[in-house]
Amino acid sequence: MTDLTVTSVPSRSVQFDSAEMTARVKRRYRSERRFKALGGGALLLTAVFVLAVLLDIAFKGLPAFTQHYLVLDVPVKAEIVDPKGARNPDDLRSADYFAVMREALTAAVPGIEGRVAKKKLTGLLSSGAGNDLRDRIAADPSLIGTTVKVPLLLSDGADLYLKGQQTAVSTIPGRGTATPSDTKGDITILASANDFADDLVAVKKTLAARIEDLQVRLQRAEARGESQASEAASLKEEIVALAARVDQPAVAENLDEKMPSLLVSINGGLVKLNTISNDSATGTVILPLNTIDEARPLDWSVVTYAKPESNRKTSDIEVAYLEKLKADGNVESRFNTIFFTHGDSREAEQAGILGSLVGSVLMLIVTLSLALPFGVLAAVYLEEFAPKNKFTNLIEININNLAAVPSIVFGLLGLAVFLNFFGLPRSAPLVGGLVLALMVLPTIIIAARASMKAVPPSIKEAALGVGASHQQAIFHHVLPLATPGIMTGTIIGMAHALGETAPLLMIGMLAFIVDVPQGLTDPATALPAQIYIWSDLPEQAFEAKTAAAIMVLLGVLLLMNGMAIWLRSKFERRW
Amino acid sequence: MDMSAATRMEAERSAPVTAQGLPAKVVARDVNVFYGEKHALKHVDVDIPDRGVTAFIGPSGCGKSTFLRCINRMNDTIASCKVTGKITIDNRDIYDPSLDVVQLRARVGMVFQKPNPFPKSIFDNVAYGPKIHGLARTKSELEAIVTASLEKAGLWSEVKDRLGDSGTGLSGGQQQRLCIARAIAVNPDVILMDEPCSALDPIATAKVETLIDELRANYCIIIVTHSMQQAARVSQRTAFFHLGTLVEEGPTERIFSTPRDQRTQDYITGRTG
Ligand SMILES: Nc1ncnc2c1ncn2[C@@H]1O[C@H](COP(=O)(O)OP(=O)(O)OP(=O)(O)O)[C@@H](O)[C@H]1O
Ligand SMILES: [Mg+2]
Repeated sequence: MTDLTVTSVPSRSVQFDSAEMTARVKRRYRSERRFKALGGGALLLTAVFVLAVLLDIAFKGLPAFTQHYLVLDVPVKAEIVDPKGARNPDDLRSADYFAVMREALTAAVPGIEGRVAKKKLTGLLSSGAGNDLRDRIAADPSLIGTTVKVPLLLSDGADLYLKGQQTAVSTIPGRGTATPSDTKGDITILASANDFADDLVAVKKTLAARIEDLQVRLQRAEARGESQASEAASLKEEIVALAARVDQPAVAENLDEKMPSLLVSINGGLVKLNTISNDSATGTVILPLNTIDEARPLDWSVVTYAKPESNRKTSDIEVAYLEKLKADGNVESRFNTIFFTHGDSREAEQAGILGSLVGSVLMLIVTLSLALPFGVLAAVYLEEFAPKNKFTNLIEININNLAAVPSIVFGLLGLAVFLNFFGLPRSAPLVGGLVLALMVLPTIIIAARASMKAVPPSIKEAALGVGASHQQAIFHHVLPLATPGIMTGTIIGMAHALGETAPLLMIGMLAFIVDVPQGLTDPATALPAQIYIWSDLPEQAFEAKTAAAIMVLLGVLLLMNGMAIWLRSKFERRW
Repeated sequence: MDMSAATRMEAERSAPVTAQGLPAKVVARDVNVFYGEKHALKHVDVDIPDRGVTAFIGPSGCGKSTFLRCINRMNDTIASCKVTGKITIDNRDIYDPSLDVVQLRARVGMVFQKPNPFPKSIFDNVAYGPKIHGLARTKSELEAIVTASLEKAGLWSEVKDRLGDSGTGLSGGQQQRLCIARAIAVNPDVILMDEPCSALDPIATAKVETLIDELRANYCIIIVTHSMQQAARVSQRTAFFHLGTLVEEGPTERIFSTPRDQRTQDYITGRTG
């Protein structure tokens, strides 16, 4: 046989490196490389975006998981807390704890005078600061008359400042000596070594920058012509005045709230400066001085709050108080349990996620317990038992279409049917769950049918072959094998439901609800609705809360997916 | 068990008798099968004896499986499939509307071309049929049925130590014998086998063939096969199908030695098919 091939057929060795072959191979390699690069690039881009989103959320949200407290020794005076002396728990609960806290606070920051300043000081505390104290006293009335060390909740503004989101504080020690004229009120400080010269230069620079701004505005006003002529004239005047101040470097300057705040820390007190020249400054005492003695070099310092006062929420006085409390070791940062144990609140520091989390969980329970059995049974019927005719075809098409219906439509349906027709309560997780169940039903039906189709027909035939009825074959063999797929579909549907806001809008679940719902008919909101509500609020502290709520939502989703994976593996092992 | 024995005795009294004097178990008269418009099986008349092996041979697509699936009404599951004519088992018309198809399938077991054990344990595979038909009242009875079935299927010695393992973890040949065990566990009268060895190697095939030979003493076995040798080895009677018609049927030796029809001649000598 070999002889035959050798003699009759010319040699046919393959030319692996012919020019044509090499070119083709090269082309194939090129296209494979291109595909790889494109795929890799797409993956990388997606990863970058996902990472960017997650990091952004994490950075914004993490501060919300801590909360600052003032830890003070609070003297619980019986005449304030329990004037009747009856130790009646109800009276104790409604007592004026704010008064005792105020006393503790004034003791911690002594020497504050004036109504405004005092108000600023007590304003550092949250309106809910006394809750902890109240609970402790009510639980243990024997504490009355003693001094209790309690953490007092700080207001959102104070908390934000302490989280370092307001202004940078820098301290420059004095080079020469400094002498204050008084210990309180408006005073003058004389510095021996031109200590304020640098600050004065900086002030003049901000003035120069302001002139530039004004000139831009002036040009714009002039371009508009007659209508803005008066404004142009006043701008011109302003520029001339400012220019005169800038041109005289040694002349004293007034500070205003659009400039970084300058303060002097001297003799145990703090002075907010109003005017400075090279070697002297006048200002108002915020924290009273101990003496009017001359302070030696390095014993006093100029403190700068870099961000102008008008650009931040926390005023200079508040910053000064907080800095003092912090320096005295009275401020403590703790894990923010309030966020996980409270419902919504208008006060950022008292707002929590629990209400909406419970709302979401209740809703998902309703959704799951309706959509899963109905969905699976509908799928079984359609897939296995329904006669194939025009009517069932119509139903099938409609189910597929239903999966694509915008969710707001389900919300409208819920409003019309469950609220208006059946008269179910507004804002109730029951109604939310019903609406979401309608929404995810098609998803579950489609997933269940697909995974039942994917079960090899030989299994069903085997069951029928040993004399199982159709129903037995389905419920003993096909459905169990389809379970992992059904579960995946269900989890996808549930995740979808968890993140849905639009239908909730229509049934009143996008609402400010303080109480944590106790049952299916209590008013409630849901996680995504809560996120939306918080993201819409002007208070800066809610920004972090929003991100933190998103983290909780994502956490719940991860948990659900993890559960699905676990259930799947468990099921697959059993089979 | 008592009941099926009683019905069998009653059947033997009145059953038609095949040419060789064997009692006929399955009798088909003028059976036609349509898949929608397609006329897949045409005017099939055949008597299949009890306690013997009948082989269906014929080229691919000639309707062997179709006819086999008529005997346990597995064709009912195909919406487009329509069966006319009459098939009786022990004189009972199996297409009689008053007859419950599940009862029928419990008496007519089936082994498929591709081994299809349930993705469950070996024990559960065999126990499933007896369980749903209530054949065992206690756990020990069930265990006895499973053991006996696996022994009859020649699988017992290989799996007795791992009855809890998954049936899908067995080799192809073992799986097919497991399917046979599963079929005989419900104590059927008739066992239908659709190319049971087509996915098996020669050694596994030999084991299954031996098994069929042993089972023949107690069951009416119908086997579809593409292997002439197999048909010659295991069957006593052979039916040759061609393009939807039953061309001829008779004792296996005669069909292979002196076929009466030219088409049979051509097929068994390898000229068509
Ligand atoms: N479910 C079905 N729907 C439509 N036509 C079918 C169906 N099943 C079988 N047929 C047709 O019926 C005819 C007989 O098929 P059948 O499966 O009985 O052949 P077979 O003899 O078993 O062939 P093979 O030896 O290849 O298994 C074929 O022409 C086939 O195309
Ligand atoms: Mg076939």
